Amino acid sequence: MPENPSPSGPDSSPAEEAESRPGWLRRRADAATHRLALARDTVARHPPPGPFRPGFWRSPIRGPWLTSVFGLILLFGITTLFVTGLLSYAAYNPRLGAVNDLTPDHGILGFYLFTWPTRPYWLYRLTQGVHVTLGIALVPVLLAKLWSVMPRLFVWPPARTVAQALERLSLLLLVGGVIFEFVTGIFNIQLWYVFPGSFYRLHFYGAWVFIGAFVVHVGLKTPRMLASLRSRRLRTELRTGTSHTLAEPADPDGLVAAEPAAATVSRRGAVALVGAGSLALLAVTAGQSIGGVWRPTALLAPRGQNPGSGPNGFQINKTAAFVGVTPELVGPAWRLTLSGGPATMTLTRDDLLGLATATHALPIACVEGWSTDDQEWTGIPLRDLAALAGAPDAGSVLVQSVQPAGPFAAAILARNQIRDPRSLLALRVNGADLSLDHGYPARVIVPAAPGVLNTKWVGRLTFRT
Amino acid sequence: MRRLRHWYGAGPLNLLALAACFALAGYAATRLLTYEPARVIVWFIGAAVVHDLVLFPLYSTADTAVQAAASHPRDNPKAEPARPGINYVRFPAFVSAVLFLVWFPLILQRPDTYKATTALDPARFMPHWLLITAGLFAASALAYAVVHTHRRRSQTLRRRRRHGRTRVHLRRSGGES
Repeated sequence: MPENPSPSGPDSSPAEEAESRPGWLRRRADAATHRLALARDTVARHPPPGPFRPGFWRSPIRGPWLTSVFGLILLFGITTLFVTGLLSYAAYNPRLGAVNDLTPDHGILGFYLFTWPTRPYWLYRLTQGVHVTLGIALVPVLLAKLWSVMPRLFVWPPARTVAQALERLSLLLLVGGVIFEFVTGIFNIQLWYVFPGSFYRLHFYGAWVFIGAFVVHVGLKTPRMLASLRSRRLRTELRTGTSHTLAEPADPDGLVAAEPAAATVSRRGAVALVGAGSLALLAVTAGQSIGGVWRPTALLAPRGQNPGSGPNGFQINKTAAFVGVTPELVGPAWRLTLSGGPATMTLTRDDLLGLATATHALPIACVEGWSTDDQEWTGIPLRDLAALAGAPDAGSVLVQSVQPAGPFAAAILARNQIRDPRSLLALRVNGADLSLDHGYPARVIVPAAPGVLNTKWVGRLTFRT
Repeated sequence: MRRLRHWYGAGPLNLLALAACFALAGYAATRLLTYEPARVIVWFIGAAVVHDLVLFPLYSTADTAVQAAASHPRDNPKAEPARPGINYVRFPAFVSAVLFLVWFPLILQRPDTYKATTALDPARFMPHWLLITAGLFAASALAYAVVHTHRRRSQTLRRRRRHGRTRVHLRRSGGES
């Protein structure tokens, strides 16, 4: 029941205010307040039919304990997703220039940006593999959490106080935001670009719209979550079968059913069901990031199959044909141009093969979460090319592909990426020439960098101070 | 402070936290909505609406329907809700459904550039999903069969033992008389 604002209470009518008004006006105002309170009360006591009535919700397992179990998992899970997401954003080194930066208007949201390291060389493979695979595995937990609090969506009246109204508005950001992030992410990794505009913009700014509401929600609900988790012993819960499963005592949030039906599943069973869903998703997905013999286990993930066998038989981000690279563009007329030093140089592929080469084992790791095993790349270290160009102390390098214009037809690498001896302009992989799809005649490979920064079909390197 | 609490309905910390949350969301939203704002809003709010008013009612109704079908009201109207059977359906159905929910664009071959982009076979996802689904239901059926054969056998055994004891008892009492 809402508190009726008492007309004579010290809050609503301070003495001085009352004295300044004539008696009849005050009485009329009091009567109006009273009528309003009555009307509000009437509305509150007569919810619309269906889900707005407490009797509509019958599940005996719905209650603060189950909600808190899922909430606790999501607290850690979504925090990990947010942090790994921010790391991925930083890994593109957006501060280096427009070609790396798909969100040039990020403003203070890029406050934390730092130069992405090159070691350990599997860093991006790990952080982005976790980001995508964990996000997918959390889908059943998210669905279960939303199921468990569904009566709250239909609570009547929708808000009793201004605070409740604002909280509900923040829940729109929370629920709309989390589903928006999951949906855009899940569609993007399947190359289904039906969402409006650039994925990077939607997923990055969407995360920031969401995260404030998430932090407030965690702040407001953590005490209740901890109390609910303590209210029932996990071990007892795990030993309780369906026939002994009873509803929790009524809670202030109204999650517990007013008229619970007989249980058809125990809390243990519900948690197991959700866990089975998560494990199944993990099982048909993780192989595309782990690679090796595990790749074929990724039965439903986009990269659970190798495109071929042999030295070039590993994952192709985008084929040459798809981005418009024809054999003519990379035929005998192909030249690599080095600029940024005192004079511009052009080199043929034979010239490059005549230079001192190095071989390093590095993976390709994509923002979409998949990655390859370490491949043996042979090529010229970028720092040697910087020296050859006459810019041994280059602060960055603009790498341009011969591919027709498109996102990441060019990329800028940072100083530490040029300096790392394992960063190569690769000519060969696993003992064979690069295939056209893997960037023949020459491609960049940099340890720990996101896949799209490893430019294929390189035509020009411009070193900058 | 008491006036604020009365008017607002919560303490000042609540108000400050929510104000900060909305300010940050607003800052990010102006950027989120730079291009095609109407469509982005539809996607943002639509995401929640589709979940709450389409997906949730759909799976709740499906679950209720399975429960109703499994409870044999004609055979035994006063029977308890069909506890034993239903979760053997729920488990494989739920797992298969979440796999489909996450991977349906690939399963239904929605992204038309998949093959051109990756040089991989786009037709493999549907058979994979169907085989996984078949495996899940088969495993569940096997589990049901094992558990229930075991239970029935132990019930029969118990009944036989009880009957046996009664017969012995009768014979013994018959012998005495």
